[in-house]
Amino acid sequence: MAKKNKSAEALKELGEKVVKDVDKNKNPSVVVPIRALSNVIFNEKTKILELGDKTSTRYFFNVAHAKKFLQTVEIASISKNLLGEEKHASLRDVFYMAKRTIPGTNVNLVDDQSESDDIIEDLELVTGNSREQLNINANKNGSVAGKVVITDKGDIIDWSKMGSGGWSIPSNVEDIEFKKVNAKYIIYMEKQAVWERLHEDKFWDKNNCLIVTSQGQTTRGIRRLLQRLYEEHSLPIYVLTDFDCYGFYIYSVLKYGSINLAHASEHLAIPSVKYLGITSSDIEKYDLKKHFIKLKDHDLARLKQIAEYEWFKNNKAWQKEIKTMKQYGAKAEIQALSARGISFISQTYLPEKIKNKDFLE
Amino acid sequence: MPKEVIKAEELAKKQREISISEFFLKNRHLLGFDNPTRALMMVVKEAVDNALDATGEMKVLPEIKIELKQINENRFIVIVEDNGPGIVKQQIPNIFGKLLYGSKFHTLRQNRGQQGIGISAAVLYSQLTTGKSTKIYSRVSPKKPAHYFELQIDTKKNEANVLEDKEVNWNKEYGTKIEIEIEGRYLKGKQSVDEYVKETAIVNPHATFIYITPEKEKFEYKRVTEELPIEPREIKPHPYGIELGQLIKMLQDTRANALSGFLQNDFSRIGQGTAKEICDKAKLKTERKPKSLEEKEIELLFKSMQETKIMAPPSDCLSPIKAELLEKGLRKEINADFYVTTTRSPSVYRGMPFIIECAVAYGGELDKEAQVRLMRYANRVPLLYQQGACAITEAVTDTSWKSYGLNQSGNNMPTGPAIILVHMASVWVPFTNEAKEAIAHYDEIIKEIKLALQECGRKLSIYIHKHIRAAEQRDKINLFEKYIPELASSLSKLTNTKKEILQEKLQKILKKELPTLEANNENGKKE
Repeated sequence: MAKKNKSAEALKELGEKVVKDVDKNKNPSVVVPIRALSNVIFNEKTKILELGDKTSTRYFFNVAHAKKFLQTVEIASISKNLLGEEKHASLRDVFYMAKRTIPGTNVNLVDDQSESDDIIEDLELVTGNSREQLNINANKNGSVAGKVVITDKGDIIDWSKMGSGGWSIPSNVEDIEFKKVNAKYIIYMEKQAVWERLHEDKFWDKNNCLIVTSQGQTTRGIRRLLQRLYEEHSLPIYVLTDFDCYGFYIYSVLKYGSINLAHASEHLAIPSVKYLGITSSDIEKYDLKKHFIKLKDHDLARLKQIAEYEWFKNNKAWQKEIKTMKQYGAKAEIQALSARGISFISQTYLPEKIKNKDFLE
Repeated sequence: MPKEVIKAEELAKKQREISISEFFLKNRHLLGFDNPTRALMMVVKEAVDNALDATGEMKVLPEIKIELKQINENRFIVIVEDNGPGIVKQQIPNIFGKLLYGSKFHTLRQNRGQQGIGISAAVLYSQLTTGKSTKIYSRVSPKKPAHYFELQIDTKKNEANVLEDKEVNWNKEYGTKIEIEIEGRYLKGKQSVDEYVKETAIVNPHATFIYITPEKEKFEYKRVTEELPIEPREIKPHPYGIELGQLIKMLQDTRANALSGFLQNDFSRIGQGTAKEICDKAKLKTERKPKSLEEKEIELLFKSMQETKIMAPPSDCLSPIKAELLEKGLRKEINADFYVTTTRSPSVYRGMPFIIECAVAYGGELDKEAQVRLMRYANRVPLLYQQGACAITEAVTDTSWKSYGLNQSGNNMPTGPAIILVHMASVWVPFTNEAKEAIAHYDEIIKEIKLALQECGRKLSIYIHKHIRAAEQRDKINLFEKYIPELASSLSKLTNTKKEILQEKLQKILKKELPTLEANNENGKKE
């Protein structure tokens, strides 16, 4: 329990610093590292995103900061309480534990879960402890299948015998142990539907690999699980996404780390991942133009941002993809491949691409 | 073919039998008498218009009493009394008993009368729905006794049928009082008689209105100025503002012997030179007799009139309310924090001079969440129906109120604690139809209204930014008082410090920080 005490101490320290300000008759403040592109550094050597050392000071007596300051102290107190009681709460639980209308006003302490999630990420940085170490868990949000046996909290789990849903990946994977790993590579896909297709076709069995998915952006639990599988068992990881700016960013987050969690890149990013998703040459080769979806203004804006990220800026292959997408004025989904037959993806597309090492990096 | 001749004559007879009263019955929706609620308002409106016109002519400060007496569920007596000059005995049958009676044919004048078809329509409506006669009291001089009439309209002949005509005692030196019994329905709300009287009082700040509702509630709208409105001058039509049919009729009716004289005398802004230019262009001799022109020639003349460059019509014929008086009128009836009014310079659409006036009232007792109330007026008469079809509405919804500090989604009516008032004064207000409740969409008119709205909007936005934003910021600062116990409680749980002590200390810091907080706010400073 030493670890738990350390987290609780860190939170208490944060509070004591505020109390010290109050005692000194000073406007109370907390210093929070800035988590934005302006404070993210792309480390050319390690090829991952790192957080810079820019900080902002959040003051209580400041019209623009007051509410966030209040949220910071309140959620720190909630987390410390969880640690004291040795209970875990979900992000949603924490939101409801903090949510209330401040008496005598029509102001809610938090209006939206994104606000409390944001503060929790701040607290990770301020205290130097991960969310899980603060006894706060994210929702389970992903599945894995393949020939791997693990132990989790004393249970032996075989990922090849988990039925149609696969094993659902928890938000904290630190304590699981890999007992037996029989796979050559991992395919991570953004679409649950594609995962289900590959699972039904027993793709992992036929090709001796692991298939992993989450819904949309990859959760931390999955990223950490992938990283551990790579580091402990040297499994190459391929990322299967749509041909659109969001798919590109999913790949980017897995490979380099995310802007929002740049502080945790070290434990989450996997610089060796390769892009196996739809590319412009796939579009020509498999004649996917008839399944195009027109780009909207917000797609174009996002695409422009991605093109300008440092880790994409000097990458010719990626700049070509981005440029081609702009020229098409359209994006394409993985499922467009289903037009050539429901199992085209598992029988032809993936095996061919993997055999030919047709990856983007 | 003698048979056919007879047929045609029979037809003609039948045609003649379509009397004016039948026309009225069939077309009452066009004239504003389409339902009992609206009919009640129309009768009040016609009577009040007459009263205001009468006092205006005599140049006295109007004192108008309006009373609605409910007889049973759907029957009312409308009583309207004024302190005007009274009506001479001979004129009474004409004014009250003849539909479409009017003297101003070929001249134009800014007047309320353009709004309805006259008080005689109310008399006829009364007769049709209740069978009752209309009662009129009139006194033209303190030296003479008052006259009392009861009359109906002979619908076949379109003239008054006087049933009673006698001298009576009336304790009023001058004035007219009319009592009309009608079928109607009394409702409250946006399109009610109550609202009509109130809105009329706003744009007639020189008049006092006393209004008694069917529920015996008494409203008194007192005058706030002794200044009488300028009596609008009559003007002759401008060549750009007439239609071919009107030109034909004018050529028939003119007293001029020559075309040149006709153009100069019967139109505004045509002098000898312009008259000659018009005639030359139409290849007509200036000395031609107006009555002798043939159809083709008239068309040429009409075309030539439209194509010749002619100075814009005079605008001194218009009588705006004037910004300052409009504000007074608004202030007395609408309880707000801020008022802004503007009167635009005269402008012209299709040869008709017009002036747009606009006012905005903001804050005070006005509903913060509701849609902004729009008050529309044409020649000082409130327009209560057909808001959606009106050019004023288009101009208002087309204006970007967001930048002036009101809420607005898309091109909808803005929301917020405000009233927007728009008045169009013109010798001829172009209504979309005969019900005369919506102004037609002329680009020139919409443009002027928008400019007027923008003028008011800019001033409104300055006010809102200065006063309202400051108040919001003060509210925000006041929030700290409420935040302190919350922070103290969270912090006490986090660090095991006593809540009360923390709270006390935080209060002290707030006092110290207050000046900084306020200063930062002014600059809108953020992180």
